[in-house]
Amino acid sequence: MPAAIGTKLVTKRFGDERARTIAGYEATGGYAMLKKALAMKPDDITAEVKASNLRGRGGAGFATGVKWGFVPKDAKQVHLVCNADESEPGTCKDRLLVYWDPHLLIEGMIISAHALRAVHNYIYIRGEMMREYVVLAKAVEDAYAKGYLGKNILGTGIECHITVHRGAGAYICGEETALLNSLEGLRGQPRLKPPFPAVKGLFGNPTIVNNVETLMNVPFIVDKGGAWFNELGMGRSGGTRIVCVSGHVNKQGVFELPMGITFRQIIDDVCGGVWKGRKVKAVIPGGVSMPPLDEHELDVPCEFDALMTDERIKPVMVRPGQQFDLGGGRALRSMAGSGGIVVMDDQTDIPKATWRIMKFFAHESCGQCTPCREGTGWLEKVSRRVAAGQDHAKEGDLELLASIAHGIAGNTICALGDAAAWPMLGFLTKFRGDFELKIRRKAA
Amino acid sequence: MFRNVLMSLEFSAEAQKKIAALCERYPDSATKQPVVLAALHLAQKEHGYLSDDAMRLVAKTLDLPYAHVYGVATFYTMFRLKAGIQPTGSTIRMCTNISCMLRGGYEVLEAFENKLGLKRGESNGKFQLVEEECIAACEFAPCALVGTKYFHDLTPEKVGEVIAELERDPHPEAEVV
Repeated sequence: MPAAIGTKLVTKRFGDERARTIAGYEATGGYAMLKKALAMKPDDITAEVKASNLRGRGGAGFATGVKWGFVPKDAKQVHLVCNADESEPGTCKDRLLVYWDPHLLIEGMIISAHALRAVHNYIYIRGEMMREYVVLAKAVEDAYAKGYLGKNILGTGIECHITVHRGAGAYICGEETALLNSLEGLRGQPRLKPPFPAVKGLFGNPTIVNNVETLMNVPFIVDKGGAWFNELGMGRSGGTRIVCVSGHVNKQGVFELPMGITFRQIIDDVCGGVWKGRKVKAVIPGGVSMPPLDEHELDVPCEFDALMTDERIKPVMVRPGQQFDLGGGRALRSMAGSGGIVVMDDQTDIPKATWRIMKFFAHESCGQCTPCREGTGWLEKVSRRVAAGQDHAKEGDLELLASIAHGIAGNTICALGDAAAWPMLGFLTKFRGDFELKIRRKAA
Repeated sequence: MFRNVLMSLEFSAEAQKKIAALCERYPDSATKQPVVLAALHLAQKEHGYLSDDAMRLVAKTLDLPYAHVYGVATFYTMFRLKAGIQPTGSTIRMCTNISCMLRGGYEVLEAFENKLGLKRGESNGKFQLVEEECIAACEFAPCALVGTKYFHDLTPEKVGEVIAELERDPHPEAEVV
């Protein structure tokens, strides 16, 4: 049965201060699922995760069980790395998950590591998350003291280690291969793929990188079965969905919701509507890397496939009359991304908001690929002068922005290039009038 | 040139112990390189910023080329390459990214600039003011992060209280390492 509003898995301990201690966590059923999992064969756990249709909650929405299946069977040393480098603007769930329920993450990691036969595992936590680092480091220490981690966990003969690794300020380290480089003590620059990390990752060994929320769902799958988890969701997406809603709503927050809930329901029913009695103008559906929705596109569910394929969402255009090609003629609509929903009301200066997003990407480009390094800088400069309007914006600036964005997309090692290009083209597609007004004002 | 002659800094015994323990955590690495971020955090904590000597100290401690340590230190934004804020001072990381901007993040940042007499990016002994990218605290935007403490739902009017609180009770980032 699909999850009802109010169904809580990974957020069920939010607000409970005791859950952060190992005793408090155990008192509410914690580590029971680990005991069950350790008695299971690794491949049986992977099979349940495959059946659950759990999809990566970091942004790409890739099927977790399928990803685990890419690890070569004869691998000698495997690593599991938890990506806790949450920095996609508009996204604030992993920070809260780590803060409120660190042991659920550890339990999920030990179970997943057992499934993958991984021994030395790492949590890469964003450098700025200092409060959460302190919480997590203590939780890991306590888990060692209780025998949940170590050379022979709970007397099963299974060895499992977790090390919390702090970053030091770089959005790009959320990209999995940049994260692995940063873990290895290098500059956080992404690697060329293939080889994919599941084949050749950390220290050259097969490595699975999973998001915090993804790993925290695994204990529930082991407990109640993959089929149960799958039924909670919709289509090919199992489980619940955490969304982080911010911007011009009456009630900002992090909410665990049914996968099939629509953006309009989230804004009106969960978040108490748009603030100051205004109307919605634009909604970023999953972190700023994703093309925005306009007010007519809000009856689409926040589920992964719906955002990519629902025909109620207009395709992103390179210029009027030319659709952006995602490859093989596929249209780019939007994506569910990281669950960061940003709502903008009808008085929002869209070109200014777009400039702020471009400023972010120009700041965070790692500098490795020319189209992204140079292109994001130009997107920032040109969108800034368009936003300034009047004497600053120039005729042809919108065409210039589109041409720069189109030149970046698909031409870089990692997805940061696309992440800058897609929202640029998306805002231009759906709010062209707002941009043109900035330029026309000059002529008038 | 003359790197051993120039180097004058040392890690405290406590930091040395931490680094040695961390080196054990990456048995699949052929070198101590995975510990470089932690060692740089520790060097910054103990010496206030990453001077050339502090980076040479990290290089020597981890048996890495100085150039590698320099390359890493200059990539990540949390590392300070210039003297400014004292180790006991508070770094105010004010977010102005989209969610915070939509609810007045820039106005709050300007209020910090005016009250502190610092421009974004500048520091005095007690405070460093940083215009930060999204700090993953959008649920109570606009938000500032100071060490382990988050200041929620900020307005320009609340900035005075925040500064007064930090004067009484600083939250240095160095405490975390």
